[in-house]
Amino acid sequence: MTAPPQPGAPTSAMAQMTLARLRLFFREPGAVFWTFGFPLLLSIALGVAFRNRPPEPVAIAAESPELLQALGRDPGIKAQLLDDPSARAALRTGKVDLVVLFGPPIAYLFDPTRAESRLARALADAALHPHGPPATVDLPVTEPGSRYIDFLIPGLIGMNIMSSGMWGIGYVVVEMRTRKLLKRLVATPMSRAQFLWSFVLMRALFLFIELPILLGFGWFAFKVGIAGSLPLLVGVSFLGAMSFAGVGLLVASRAQNTQTVAGLINLVMLPMFIASGVFFSTARFPDSVQPVLKALPLTALNDSLRAIMIDGAGLRAIAGPLALLAAIAVVTFAAALKLFRWR
Amino acid sequence: MDSPALRCEKLVKRYGTLAAVDGLDLEVRRGECFGLLGPNGAGKTTTVEILEGLNEPTAGSVEVLGLRWDEDERGLRQRLGISLQETHLPDKLTVEENLKLFRSFYAQGRPIDEVLDLVELQDKRKTWTEKLSGGQKQRLAVACALVSDPEVLFLDEPTTGLDPQSRRQLWDVVLGFKSRGRTVLLTTHYMDEAERLCDRVAVVDKGKVIALGTPAELIAGLGGQQVVELATRTPVVPEQLADLPAVRGARRSADGVALTVEQLHVALPAILDRVEPLGLTRLSTHNATLEDVFVHLTGRHLRE
Repeated sequence: MTAPPQPGAPTSAMAQMTLARLRLFFREPGAVFWTFGFPLLLSIALGVAFRNRPPEPVAIAAESPELLQALGRDPGIKAQLLDDPSARAALRTGKVDLVVLFGPPIAYLFDPTRAESRLARALADAALHPHGPPATVDLPVTEPGSRYIDFLIPGLIGMNIMSSGMWGIGYVVVEMRTRKLLKRLVATPMSRAQFLWSFVLMRALFLFIELPILLGFGWFAFKVGIAGSLPLLVGVSFLGAMSFAGVGLLVASRAQNTQTVAGLINLVMLPMFIASGVFFSTARFPDSVQPVLKALPLTALNDSLRAIMIDGAGLRAIAGPLALLAAIAVVTFAAALKLFRWR
Repeated sequence: MDSPALRCEKLVKRYGTLAAVDGLDLEVRRGECFGLLGPNGAGKTTTVEILEGLNEPTAGSVEVLGLRWDEDERGLRQRLGISLQETHLPDKLTVEENLKLFRSFYAQGRPIDEVLDLVELQDKRKTWTEKLSGGQKQRLAVACALVSDPEVLFLDEPTTGLDPQSRRQLWDVVLGFKSRGRTVLLTTHYMDEAERLCDRVAVVDKGKVIALGTPAELIAGLGGQQVVELATRTPVVPEQLADLPAVRGARRSADGVALTVEQLHVALPAILDRVEPLGLTRLSTHNATLEDVFVHLTGRHLRE
């Protein structure tokens, strides 16, 4: 509903409400940092941690000089001579990954659950049996598109869309309720649907800041490109933002104080942080829970973003997750509108 | 235009077994400033919120400007200005931005500048709400209710907790609004506020109207214009003084007796004669107020 324009009429309520949302956001330095700065810092930190660099040599303790010499031929091995007790102590404290005991037969002492130890065992095996099993050729993987940072950036975009939607809407709405501002607003002829839409509109506008920051950073710092279409990526992000705007509104629809809503937001977000493939692939989880993970909105969003950025997928390839996001947006928004407590 | 600005009949609001409003009748005429006077918990706010369409009555009927809330809520809201007892406007919006936001909800209204002048916040227009004093915040809250140039203004305890100067500034805003022929419904537990602003007052206690009239009528109902309060060394009871000339009423007060008196110059010598032997420790007189009316009706003070 819109009132007919009058002489000297003020700007529309929708514009004023959205303006108010934006002003209140940008005047809150904490909110600005958590929305825009934090994901950036996170991607810097993780990008640095997982940057491509020469492989770290494995540390191996050997019991005899002959073994030491044989191992020393491989540049990927940092071997040192230690007697049995000190070698075992070094293994226990993680200073070496493997202890090679003089034979015959030659024995490997290591913790098979440690990835480095298994790697050290394989390298030691190769060094000690140079004429052993048939040689293979290693092909190192460093080209863009298959590094960890290529996996990470779409995940961070998804995570950011989720958390700024949940906090930026859920928390803010409940704060307005505790301050009796919602009650004051419904005492005016304000359109309630427009009020809720102003939040959704704000989220959509924010994408034009969030996306360039993360995409730009990924490109300039790590050459993380977009294999598929940029408009499609923006569209998918928008759909994700709508879906989390709906979830945020739903979470906020009844909560009477900010502690309650903060708990609810964490309850909703935490499983998705872990299980929706932000930092590592959902494939790590057992097959039996895969259908559940696939139904999570963040999984759908992350899978779609990755498909576009890494595999260059088109609309048809990601239609399933997109339909899920759209359905979640519609259902949560409708439920929130129905349940919403205005006083 | 014949319908009253506000009317409610046999209004009841129950929360569980507690009746916050318990059969309350009210009629506020157009162009008058009407006060709901009563102690905290008397049901004033519940009544006002029902009239404002923000709360549903358990029973009874409500009419605002001749309309019911379920007829045309949005249309009705265009014509009302509401200031709640407690609203925290957004801290980090300026005075002007808040007013523009509220103005945008209404099809018609007054220019922001005019309203700023009215509430004397012109020099604070670029100030964030959180930087305003209590009185300024309250004036801003009232300004948000005035931007629509409403026909009826609701003010729920507008000056509670404010310093005397801020209270007087707010009173001027209300009187200015009333002088334009508009209707005001305000609640207060300050008798001086009701006496100063209100054409008529309903004294509310335990969810019911226990007295209704102009402040002067209510005070006249006491039978005398003056109140004499006294205390003595040997305890005195009201009955000992009730028969004296020009004394129209006698009741126990905190540490002695309070008398309602018609002609102070007649009553005072007689009172002094009688209490002299009891050892007078304190005696004061004041013009009868609505507080005295309330105490007379309920035996309790407004602020208890």
